[in-house]
Amino acid sequence: MTKETAELAIEAHGLVKSFGDNRAVDGVDLAIRAGGVYGVLGPNGAGKTTVIRMLATLLVPDGGSARVLGHDVVREAAEVRARVALTGQFASLDEDLSGLENLVLLARLYGYGRRAARVRARELLEAFDLAEAADRQVKTYSGGMRRRIDIAGSLVVRPDLMFLDEPTTGLDPRSRNQVWEIVRALVGAGTTILLTTQYLDEADQLADRIAVVDHGRVIAEGTSGELKASVGSGAVKVRVADPSDREAVAHLLAESLGAVPVLDADPASLSLRVDDPAQVAGALARVGEAGLRVSEYSLGQPSLDEVFLALTGHPVTDAAPDETEEVRA
Amino acid sequence: MTQLDARVTAVLGGAERPAPASPVASSVAFGWRAMLKIKHVPEQLFDVTMFPVMFTLMFTYVFGGAIAGSPGEYLQYALPGILVQTVVFITMYTALTVNTDIEKGVFDRIRALPVWRPSMLVGALLGDSARYAMASTVVLTVGLLIGYRAPGGVLGVLAAVVLLVVFCFSLTWLWLIVGLKVRTPNAVMGTSMMVLFPLTFVSSVFAPPETMPGWLRAFVEVNPVTLLVEAARGLMNGNPDVGDVLGVLGLSVLLIAVFAPIAMRIFNRKN
Repeated sequence: MTKETAELAIEAHGLVKSFGDNRAVDGVDLAIRAGGVYGVLGPNGAGKTTVIRMLATLLVPDGGSARVLGHDVVREAAEVRARVALTGQFASLDEDLSGLENLVLLARLYGYGRRAARVRARELLEAFDLAEAADRQVKTYSGGMRRRIDIAGSLVVRPDLMFLDEPTTGLDPRSRNQVWEIVRALVGAGTTILLTTQYLDEADQLADRIAVVDHGRVIAEGTSGELKASVGSGAVKVRVADPSDREAVAHLLAESLGAVPVLDADPASLSLRVDDPAQVAGALARVGEAGLRVSEYSLGQPSLDEVFLALTGHPVTDAAPDETEEVRA
Repeated sequence: MTQLDARVTAVLGGAERPAPASPVASSVAFGWRAMLKIKHVPEQLFDVTMFPVMFTLMFTYVFGGAIAGSPGEYLQYALPGILVQTVVFITMYTALTVNTDIEKGVFDRIRALPVWRPSMLVGALLGDSARYAMASTVVLTVGLLIGYRAPGGVLGVLAAVVLLVVFCFSLTWLWLIVGLKVRTPNAVMGTSMMVLFPLTFVSSVFAPPETMPGWLRAFVEVNPVTLLVEAARGLMNGNPDVGDVLGVLGLSVLLIAVFAPIAMRIFNRKN
């Protein structure tokens, strides 16, 4: 192992995987440094899961090569498995067994003795707020609980690298925040995380660097700031309290922001593109000083749709959630 | 109550890495899982034992008189066969379990673990063998209650059950392949019924082959289930046929030799 490869948690060159005629992964290169969170962003069917499955040694690539923590994923699969953990997109525990039994089973498979496995399982249940559900079958768990026990199952021993495949898809906001908290705690403890997501927002919150994947290829890579810059700006949407003020507000905002206002069909609302979101507060303040009342405004970040449109020239086929941050005045 | 992230950090700090589980330890752990399945999903056992209990009662009292002269005499003939049929039918659940594991993602999680890979299959088979033993007990108990008496005694019955479990353990490797290859649990059910119904009915389970037309008898005589039934019947009746018993054991070895490597290969390369 050379020094260079040791510093990279994941290094992939030209990974290819086909299922029949479908080239699910079509030449993916990755160089992911150890430490922190790396996000893989893309719509359903972009090939995210297939990439993860190859890196986690579950799938043998048709072409290309990959090293994980310095070990080849095909020739040294056992070494890779000893140091990584995988939490799949769907609850990957035995639903018929209780939460405790699932964790005891995993602990025993990691080499704990009978008694030590129970102790470890209880510790994990306690830490993940699942102690009360310990003896219930996993199939009775809520979505958030399921996700937590799923992640707990990957942490029986602390992995050096953890793959999280769409950890928050389908979760309510509270559960999603809990998963984010867990991810941050893991990073703090020294685990490198590779996380796939469909949400720009999530990649933005968690990931240090992001690869955007579409049709089995990495189409852009960088920090979230770099990606957003490549997509361009967002827009500010404003609703005035009195529709007769709209003209005046539009005029003022256009002056402050240097953009052309777009008047909506709704007689009280308008929107403008903004290059620098920091200017918006000042512009709105000036509207207030002029004695005009704004009842509501929102600053839109570029959505995943816009990122995709800008990068690929085609929209995301699956509906992406609205990334707009709403601020009520 | 401390914050979730603080607790997670603490529990991560507490994770000492134990020495990796030995192949035996991991196989036993998977076997334990199979036993827990029986505890949590007892209907899995119920399905496959009620069916033969019904068969035992129906065939004995409905057809018994016509086939063998009296229900009692027919029971003496059919019970070893029904025992075999029951347990051979249960082997199918191995395919169902593996298939469900793949569907639910359990399979991926387990394959990503640093354990001796065959232990998942070996453990499942160990658990299944326990299930075979339980189902055998149910059938034998019903038989005893309605008047079955084994001339071969306890030892003969025990030997028959052991032989049956060995055969089914070997046959299970074939079901593993079905479980790994077939798309959905429902398709597994369909496939297995198509195989198991003819295999167990067109044998000497319910009627002596001598009464069947020649073309059918030709199949019955090469049907491995017939060999198994004859070996078990011999042991239970107290006139064991060494040739039959050795035949079953040889067949078992052959099944493992052929299907275990194929199953392991598919298991390792599974997409």
